[in-house]
Amino acid sequence: MVEWVRPQRVGEAISLLSKMPLDHYQIISGGTDVMVTQRLSMHQKNRDWLDLSAIPDLKEIEVHDKGIRIGAGVTLSALRRHPQVQKFWPMLAASAAVTGAAPIQNRATLGGNLCNASPAADNAPVLLAYGASLEIAGQQGSRIMDYAAFHVAYRKTALAAAELLVAVHIPYPPDKSVSLYRKVGTRAAQAIAKVGVAACFQIDAAKTIVQARFGIASVAAIPCSLPTVSHYLQGKKIKQIDAAIVRKGITHDIAPVDDIRSSAEYRLETTSRLIWDAIQHVE
Amino acid sequence: MKVSMQINGQKMQVQAKPDSRLLDVLRDELGLKGTKEGCGEGECGACAVLVNGQVLNSCLLPLGQMDNADIVTIEGLPSDSPLVASFHACFAAQCGICTPGMMMAATALLSEYPQPTLEEIREGLSGNLCRCTGYGRIYEAVLQAATGVTHG
Ligand SMILES: Cc1cc2nc3c(=O)[nH]c(=O)nc-3n(C[C@H](O)[C@H](O)[C@H](O)COP(=O)(O)OP(=O)(O)OC[C@H]3O[C@@H](n4cnc5c(N)ncnc54)[C@H](O)[C@@H]3O)c2cc1C
Ligand code: FES
Ligand code: FES
Repeated sequence: MVEWVRPQRVGEAISLLSKMPLDHYQIISGGTDVMVTQRLSMHQKNRDWLDLSAIPDLKEIEVHDKGIRIGAGVTLSALRRHPQVQKFWPMLAASAAVTGAAPIQNRATLGGNLCNASPAADNAPVLLAYGASLEIAGQQGSRIMDYAAFHVAYRKTALAAAELLVAVHIPYPPDKSVSLYRKVGTRAAQAIAKVGVAACFQIDAAKTIVQARFGIASVAAIPCSLPTVSHYLQGKKIKQIDAAIVRKGITHDIAPVDDIRSSAEYRLETTSRLIWDAIQHVE
Repeated sequence: MKVSMQINGQKMQVQAKPDSRLLDVLRDELGLKGTKEGCGEGECGACAVLVNGQVLNSCLLPLGQMDNADIVTIEGLPSDSPLVASFHACFAAQCGICTPGMMMAATALLSEYPQPTLEEIREGLSGNLCRCTGYGRIYEAVLQAATGVTHG
């Protein structure tokens, strides 16, 4: 008999996980990834289920003086409709709004999108560009880690056994900043991204770039940032930026992949254009 | 696992495996065959139902998450819903496989936006695929249900 456990608190979920061998439980939140994959392998596994959807703590959004804390179980439709998310983190409202269609967004959670760890996860680039961090709970209590360190290899995260993602923390973007998010797919609704790009520039009064931060989905084995390009752009005005150097930096920072949705060449070209386009918004 | 739900206004108890899909419970256990299966992967919306007022794809819903849920299927849509008349008047169904899901998504859309723009209709129905109509007649039907006005 398959068991379904539905704890009410994070601590309860952690203690259930820690009592059982690794992979005993299939963790489920909104189920929009799990219900598809478990059906594809329905007869192979008969794992018990650990359902996070009844834990009220995971559903909370809290805006405070340093930024926002978004529970891992907050749905994408709640995020895109949240007035303060729209106001202060517009790229996140935008990425949530293009992650699947309405019936998916009503169920899909932000935490599920990150933990499922697809290189094409639509909300990943935005969180990288905003410099988000993650709150992770385990037996020893909770820890905070940079989101940029979360994806360690293709579909592999830094979550250890009996750990759960509890919340995403995002600081306010710098006072003078410009941000931009674009998803390129085969069609508007419900298409897995061919390339997703988010950029956030902090600029000074003279329009010099103080800091540039990027996030890109679908171009490599994991969602990635562009450290070489960010470093190159720092301290520059738009007129001083050389497109060829930016492109070389992108080639260096991402290792674009060939797959069923697109070729490596297309991805590199599209990424370069999207990044170049984003840089123009600094003016 | 025993799960209590309210389906189309009626309290029910269902005994089934916790990872059964709501879609299968509705069709096979409760005989509510109006809800269709297209893709079984959340892509097409043929299986859409309302759960606590939100449109969701029942092929992605495990019974284990449905305890105390308030569910409305196409059978629970009142026959005097303006959508019924407008889908008919606009010839918005051909083979009809997508129609129940379209009507459920449209019901959710109209309760959030009673006077939707064409853009809002497109967005609200973007999780529902139709292989027959080309969508124009369906958008028209939703618009007509909202305004009571017949266009072109
Ligand atoms: C038709 C369709 C269209 C889609 N379109 C898109 C799209 O355009 N863009 C996109 O990025 N995604 C898309 N998705 C994928 C999916 O909807 C998202 O990734 C979603 O955000 C997953 O969230 P969930 O709560 O449903 O995850 P679940 O399926 O519940 O879980 C996903 C994974 O994360 C783990 N997990 C969940 N929560 C936690 C937690 N708190 N701690 C630790 N592990 C956890 C689960 O064990 C599982 O491995 C689509 C899916 C479908 C079916
Ligand atoms: S059958 Fe559920 S979305 Fe296609
Ligand atoms: S009427 Fe045939 S799929 Fe829509």
